[in-house]
Amino acid sequence: MAKAPAARKTEAPQSDPAPNRAPNRERPGEPQSYRASKDELLEFYKQMLLIRRFEEKAGQLYGLGLIGGFCHLYIGQEAVAVGLQSALSDKDSVITGYRDHGHMLLCGIPPKDVMAELTGRQAGISKGKGGSMHMFSVEHKFYGGHGIVGAQVSLGTGLGFAHKYRQDGGVCLAYFGDGASNQGQVYESFNMAELWKLPVIYVIENNQYAMGTSVNRASSEDQLYRRGESFRIPGIQVDGMDVLASRGAAEEALAWVRAGKGPIILEMKTYRYRGHSMSDPAKYRSREEVQAVRDKSDPIEHCKKLLEDQGVGEAELKTIEQEIRKIVAEAADFAESAPEPEPAELYTDVLVEKY
Amino acid sequence: MPIEIKMPALSPTMEEGTLAKWLVKEGDTVKSGDIMAEIETDKATMEFEAVDEGTIGKIMIAEGSDNVKVGTVIATLLEEGESADTAAAAPAERSGEGANAAPKEEQPADKAPNAPESTVPHKVETGARQLYDAAKHDAEVSDPAIPEGTEMVKITLREALRDAMAEEMRKDDRVFVMGEEVAEYQGAYKVTQGLLDEFGPARVIDTPITEYGFAGVGTGAAMGGLRPIVEFMTFNFAMQAIDHIINSAAKTNYMSGGQMRCPIVFRGPNGAASRVGAQHSQNYGPWYASVPGLIVIAPYDAADAKGLMKAAIRTEDPVVFLENELLYGRTFEIPALDDYVLPIGKARTMREGKDVTIVSYSIGVGLALEAAEKLAEEGIDAEVIDLRTLRPLDKAAVLKSLKKTNRLVVAEEGWATCSIASEIVAICMEEGFDDLDAPVLRVANEDVPLPYAANLEKLALLSSAKIVDTVKKIV
Repeated sequence: MAKAPAARKTEAPQSDPAPNRAPNRERPGEPQSYRASKDELLEFYKQMLLIRRFEEKAGQLYGLGLIGGFCHLYIGQEAVAVGLQSALSDKDSVITGYRDHGHMLLCGIPPKDVMAELTGRQAGISKGKGGSMHMFSVEHKFYGGHGIVGAQVSLGTGLGFAHKYRQDGGVCLAYFGDGASNQGQVYESFNMAELWKLPVIYVIENNQYAMGTSVNRASSEDQLYRRGESFRIPGIQVDGMDVLASRGAAEEALAWVRAGKGPIILEMKTYRYRGHSMSDPAKYRSREEVQAVRDKSDPIEHCKKLLEDQGVGEAELKTIEQEIRKIVAEAADFAESAPEPEPAELYTDVLVEKY
Repeated sequence: MPIEIKMPALSPTMEEGTLAKWLVKEGDTVKSGDIMAEIETDKATMEFEAVDEGTIGKIMIAEGSDNVKVGTVIATLLEEGESADTAAAAPAERSGEGANAAPKEEQPADKAPNAPESTVPHKVETGARQLYDAAKHDAEVSDPAIPEGTEMVKITLREALRDAMAEEMRKDDRVFVMGEEVAEYQGAYKVTQGLLDEFGPARVIDTPITEYGFAGVGTGAAMGGLRPIVEFMTFNFAMQAIDHIINSAAKTNYMSGGQMRCPIVFRGPNGAASRVGAQHSQNYGPWYASVPGLIVIAPYDAADAKGLMKAAIRTEDPVVFLENELLYGRTFEIPALDDYVLPIGKARTMREGKDVTIVSYSIGVGLALEAAEKLAEEGIDAEVIDLRTLRPLDKAAVLKSLKKTNRLVVAEEGWATCSIASEIVAICMEEGFDDLDAPVLRVANEDVPLPYAANLEKLALLSSAKIVDTVKKIV
């Protein structure tokens, strides 16, 4: 018995894969880091900063009891959504899970409408009836905001189906996390999406932890970009802490999907600084680990350096910071002072029609 | 003794079929595995194989014969040394009788005058057969939705559903059908028969066997502006997809403050079929009807199936449309109208009466009507209400009938615990208390998973006899 592994070892050299073996089917190209103009880079910076400050404020309001229930913050992951969504056109749709505030802001939904939803007010984007995890804006082609882990993957595949059925040229960007990537319906959807060549970009935001369980403890294949292989869906692993890498990957993915080649997977390696939700003490990882990411890989600091290299001065950056803080403060004030929904609102929107 | 070759049952609910073609002739030798004949039902065509070795003796049912009852001897197989003459046995006459039997005059097969010695297992009287046989009862009261003098045509419930889908697909190119075997196979229960030919593979879409996934894809497509009809091969399999039906489809309009619509129809067979056991025999009406944000429809006859299916496809709300497998092959009269659409949420009086009200829905309506006939023989005049829609429930119709009869029984093919019947009882207590002369009673399936054995299945299921007994407790 003990010798068996040794015997196998002697055969090993024969089964060594040829290092440069050509892929057996077409593959997307290796994404290039996006060459952003100074203005574009400034825009990326502003958007990331808006998300960061918005989420910090949401965290504060949660601490004050103004936001209830579950509240999942996007802090640390900003470069993913900013890089990807900056490449979309207005034909395209976006769907995500419950960590959705950042994606919504990037869809052009006013911060005050999102914040007012977080505080459960009539002026919220869902009239206060959805909350942090359930927000939608059909007008902005943002289809939620879904509270069930993995549901948005099937639903996003359906949005892709609708794009193709109507031949409107749109692509659905369907975000989900490393945790959701183990859900069964994800693979059912992968199968149909490739079978029917649906225009969907599956974005796995791998922030390393599904609640308190690290990727390695939950995923037998932890290189999540490979999860589509058995469905012939190509995958690309991307540095999700780098907004230019993120945008570059979006360009490659969109080219693939828009060419009618079917879905593609982007695994965005990222990190969330805060707990899974506000009620998570994050005991499953060390403070040092979080601090190391903040120090070395923060997406906003990285973007700031690029701007400084391009000659953007401290004064300009400070002005941007102040603008963003003002927007967020106004959103928070609005969300705190706006009235709660009318009691009669309890009974509206259950059904569309009268029977 | 020659071996009798009997008309086979191709499915648990098949009771007769067409002997489409003989592939052997008298005097041919066959061995097991040889294809002898082609049998057709309204659902399927199957090749009928020999299981014994021998020579074909006498062919008793000519090819092209319709309505050949399951179990009828269609030919004899001679073993070595036997002659065809000895095999020309009495049942020969059956061929004519079987071929000409009018569907309306169906009798339990084991009572048929010329039936051979009844040892055919299919003819065991099952609970499902009781349900099925009762479903030939039509309403006595004409539907107010059908204009006076409208021509009525006979159609199976299966065809009515297909016609409803086809008509709506012609009108609105956002409507499409997806599900397992809906396209090339023409539907597992042949409900989507012909749709692929007319509308093509972009609108009639075969899915992999992945209910959770395709329910989500359909729901997402509805969110994206299309009008999907998602067929589940049966609602038993929709258990895997119930998350999307409830969490994604039913709640989104509310959670989005009325912005995000989900106009989708989830449809398929529901309830007990015949001898398929516990995992394939459940009535999900009460499950879905408890969810705000859903419309739940469970029609009894073909006209309602068509009119309500068209309404379901047109409404902006998500609909769970519960069909009944046993009823698919049943023929009913349906108004010959160009665009027959019924209102959702309206019950129908199937029979007027003054002594007691029997409320039911789906296949239970047939039993309720049968029970009402039996009660009439004993001088009890029962009114029968078909709920048709389970959510929103037509409370007004129930309470109005209660006001008239002052006694009410709910008959449900499903479990009584936390049922539609329970809901009706609560409504009568809360809003009809002053009209009650007796407690409202529930009569339903037994509180057990549905057993396989024919006798136990029969004991477990709702029957008209049980309804009669229950009514008599309060009248």
